[in-house]
Amino acid sequence: MNIEHLVGMANDIGNFFDAEYGTQESPASIALHISRYWDPRMRAQIIAHVTQGGEGLSPTALAAVRTLPAPPVR
Amino acid sequence: MYSLDYHDHGTPPTDGTPVTLTIDGAEVTVPAGTSVMRAAAAAGGAIPKLCATDTLQAFGSCRVCLVEIEGQRGYPASCTTLVAPGMKVKTDSERLQKLRQGVVELYMSDHPDTDVAGERSELRQVAKKLGLTTTTRYGKDGHTHLEACKDESNPYFSFDPAACIVCSRCVRACNEVQGTFALTVEGRGFESKIVASQDDGFKESECVSCGACVESCPTGALTEKSMARVGQPIEEVKTTCAYCGVGCSFVAEMKGEEVVRMVPDRDGGANRGHACVKGRFAYGYATHEDRIVRPMIRAKITDPWREVSWEEAFTHAASEFRRIQARYGRFSVGGITSSRCTNEEAFLVQKLVRAALGTNNVDTCARVCHSPTGYGLKSTIGESAGTQNFDSVMQSDVIIVVGANPTDGHPVFGSRMKRRLREGAKLIVADPREIDLVRSPHIQADYHLQLRPGTNVALFNSIAHVIVTEGLVNEKFVAERCEPAPFQKWRDFVAQPKNSPEAMEAVTGVPARHVRQAARLYATGGNGAIYYGLGVTEHSQGSTMVMCIANLAMATGNLGREGVGVNPLRGQNNVQGSCDMGSFPHELAGYRHISDATTRGQFDREWGVTLDAEPGLRIPNMIEAAVDGSFKALYIEGEDPAQSDPNTQHVTAGLAAMECVIVQDLFLNESAKYAHIFFPGSSFLEKDGTFTNAERRIQRVRKVMEPLAGLADWEVTVQFAKALGYEMNYSHPSEIMDEIARLMPTFTSVSYDKLDEEGSIQWPCNEQAPHGTPTMHIGEFVRGKGRFFVTEYVPTDEKVNARFPLILTTGRILSQYNVGAQTRRTPNVEWHDEDRLDIHPHDAEDRGIRDGDWVGIASRAGTTVLRAVVSDKVQPGVVYTTFHFPWSGANVITTENSDWATNCPEYKVTAVQVTKVQQPSEWQKRFAEQDRQQQQLLQSARATARG
Repeated sequence: MNIEHLVGMANDIGNFFDAEYGTQESPASIALHISRYWDPRMRAQIIAHVTQGGEGLSPTALAAVRTLPAPPVR
Repeated sequence: MYSLDYHDHGTPPTDGTPVTLTIDGAEVTVPAGTSVMRAAAAAGGAIPKLCATDTLQAFGSCRVCLVEIEGQRGYPASCTTLVAPGMKVKTDSERLQKLRQGVVELYMSDHPDTDVAGERSELRQVAKKLGLTTTTRYGKDGHTHLEACKDESNPYFSFDPAACIVCSRCVRACNEVQGTFALTVEGRGFESKIVASQDDGFKESECVSCGACVESCPTGALTEKSMARVGQPIEEVKTTCAYCGVGCSFVAEMKGEEVVRMVPDRDGGANRGHACVKGRFAYGYATHEDRIVRPMIRAKITDPWREVSWEEAFTHAASEFRRIQARYGRFSVGGITSSRCTNEEAFLVQKLVRAALGTNNVDTCARVCHSPTGYGLKSTIGESAGTQNFDSVMQSDVIIVVGANPTDGHPVFGSRMKRRLREGAKLIVADPREIDLVRSPHIQADYHLQLRPGTNVALFNSIAHVIVTEGLVNEKFVAERCEPAPFQKWRDFVAQPKNSPEAMEAVTGVPARHVRQAARLYATGGNGAIYYGLGVTEHSQGSTMVMCIANLAMATGNLGREGVGVNPLRGQNNVQGSCDMGSFPHELAGYRHISDATTRGQFDREWGVTLDAEPGLRIPNMIEAAVDGSFKALYIEGEDPAQSDPNTQHVTAGLAAMECVIVQDLFLNESAKYAHIFFPGSSFLEKDGTFTNAERRIQRVRKVMEPLAGLADWEVTVQFAKALGYEMNYSHPSEIMDEIARLMPTFTSVSYDKLDEEGSIQWPCNEQAPHGTPTMHIGEFVRGKGRFFVTEYVPTDEKVNARFPLILTTGRILSQYNVGAQTRRTPNVEWHDEDRLDIHPHDAEDRGIRDGDWVGIASRAGTTVLRAVVSDKVQPGVVYTTFHFPWSGANVITTENSDWATNCPEYKVTAVQVTKVQQPSEWQKRFAEQDRQQQQLLQSARATARG
């Protein structure tokens, strides 16, 4: 899937939770949202993107993806 | 003409204190304010009448319903005379009989001997009751109206002035019920006649063809053309409309397998006897010649279709899906449920995907409309649904309509809202366009907050700012009903100067003083209700905006009673139901997350499988995965993503990349042009089931004719599952509902028997609420305490610039419905036969565009061409179109930007440039060629089948 699109989606999620929880606490909520709504292959792809530096991700989205467990293989 | 079994009480009901009187020697007790006519009806009698009917206020013009009242002189009209304690009324006497005969005889002397209404004409029934025949002592030799010309301009009904007695029932129905004020009585005395607008004829007038006038006509002057064509109905079946989310209840009047008329049900909880041009008249698509009634298959989308038996179609479909899963993995396939199909059908499709295919790759077309409603309301108040019933609006004092156009999109509810507004409720409209509610006969919005598209959150934060900083919060409600810490955080947030109306004016374009005044009105004006539509949800901040609305309602205490609430106006008939039924990839029926082991275990046991615990792909994710090569097969029931979803070229690339696309539909829709297997669908007239409307009202859909293709949609899914090796043992949709009731805590007490008994039920319906729940969140929110969220305004990435300087926004029109598959195949095209682009006169002049010119609309996603309408209904810098015709390519222009939480597309904001052009766009040329080829491939299948 288009990684730029996934990065944009993660950043948009980050924008909401940053405002609600502040940048210190928001990564946990961002990660939870991604876990609950993203298909495993999307999660695997964004995790792989982060292992390569995570270009384009906001700091909180980046921190959130780093906490995601490896999803089941699809 | 009313439905066959309707008993008319003559005047509307009242709710006064009991009054006892005597009518024809028998005592009767009725509420104060009741008319003598209605009291007589309650006592079992029926005073002859013509101008009176219980849907309209008494008028007292026909002089047929005269009675004698002890102690009163003369013969008062029973429709306009109210009951009084101890009153003694005589409804029949020789003198009364003579008076009535005299009046009716005059009517009959100027009335055709025959008409379409026949014996169902109230005038003929009254005449018969009075012993009169068509031949009167006056004859018909004098000056009459019998040669008056008929108005046949409306495609659905005709008006014969010769049969009209100018009783004004039609005029009053148009005013009181519909609220359009299109009809009037022109002239005086013998010359008086009913005219539409300035005697323009019905079709060219302001008439919206709701049919209320036709139904109310007591003489057959206004009659449905279908009555003349088909004849008098023989039986009737109660069912539910398959158009918008209002969910009107109808009586289908049938003659054999043919629908004669659709008559709105007076007992219908949603519509209270009213209808619109779509529900009442535009049902002809169900038997349109374009219907495909035989299954078809083909290897490639460039191959001719081949008609096959149902058995071969199911075997082939199952074999293809299993082949693809074996080659690309279990999760390479999925399905889409439909908000146009029944609850039971949506439930079965998601069950097939989860249980038979073993994946959670299932989604529904609600993804592209109201998915943010589900997320936003669940997060704040605990339930993914509107809080009220439609009747609630009659208790509202201040109504906010934001991002919705009820008079076009939800016309029957729009009429109800207008009635309340005429009674004095205040109206705030927040919309980029001047919708009809802003200014129409006897309606004037108190504030029209004409914001720039994409700035909803900014506007509502500034409204909240006023409420918080001016001390207008309902502190008691918030303290009792909401979580304190999130509220305090929200209060601090909205109070920041950056959220003030003055600061936000530059963003929204709405004058700060209007925002302040509107905020004060909503917070202090009594019962405040918010109604919203896709202008709220179809944005990059759709879910945030839904939370804004919920925050505002909680802060002002406008939840948990009649007259208030947060009310999403759902687009399609069963958006609420398809969401309820577990159509989203992350949750099971009843909005329970797929990761919840307890819930999953319940479904595992019921379905005899082990469900996957991971969320599946959403529709846009499926398309993207298909383009990417990891998603290979899709089962689409009653949905047309190739027309309805954004960035058409991306969607069709995704569909074209799949190895097996199954489309189950009535017609060869746009997606079917990319399909390998076609399962013929069934219309709402051909099956049993239930729909759930925008007020959570579950209503029965009843079969009135056999499925044209032999199987109802639910049976198709059952057979497909069986071919996949998964048995679904149902002999009737009622058994599916029984299973739903076993699995969904909010449906525990729902059954077909109960629906038959109660007419309709608003969920939750369970042990705690055995008769359903008209108003939710009374005393406590579903989640316990209400939860405020900080709603920071984040501008969309879809920016205007020198290349794309205008913002395109989209919407619906009254006569057409969504992708138009149904309404385009009805005479409704006579009102709207193409999508057009509304452009402000300034923007048009800048570009040398005149009304009717062809204009190219280019966005970052694509280009299309439409005809221009120069209109000041849109503000400068904004253009607007509808999306009912596939060749318009409205979604060729829209982008893949979407809501952060749900991926609901941002249809409402697309940066575009508009230029005058001379020919269709390249996409439209390709579309026309592909359409021609695909129609040929379809015709070849039919020709081959005919031999």
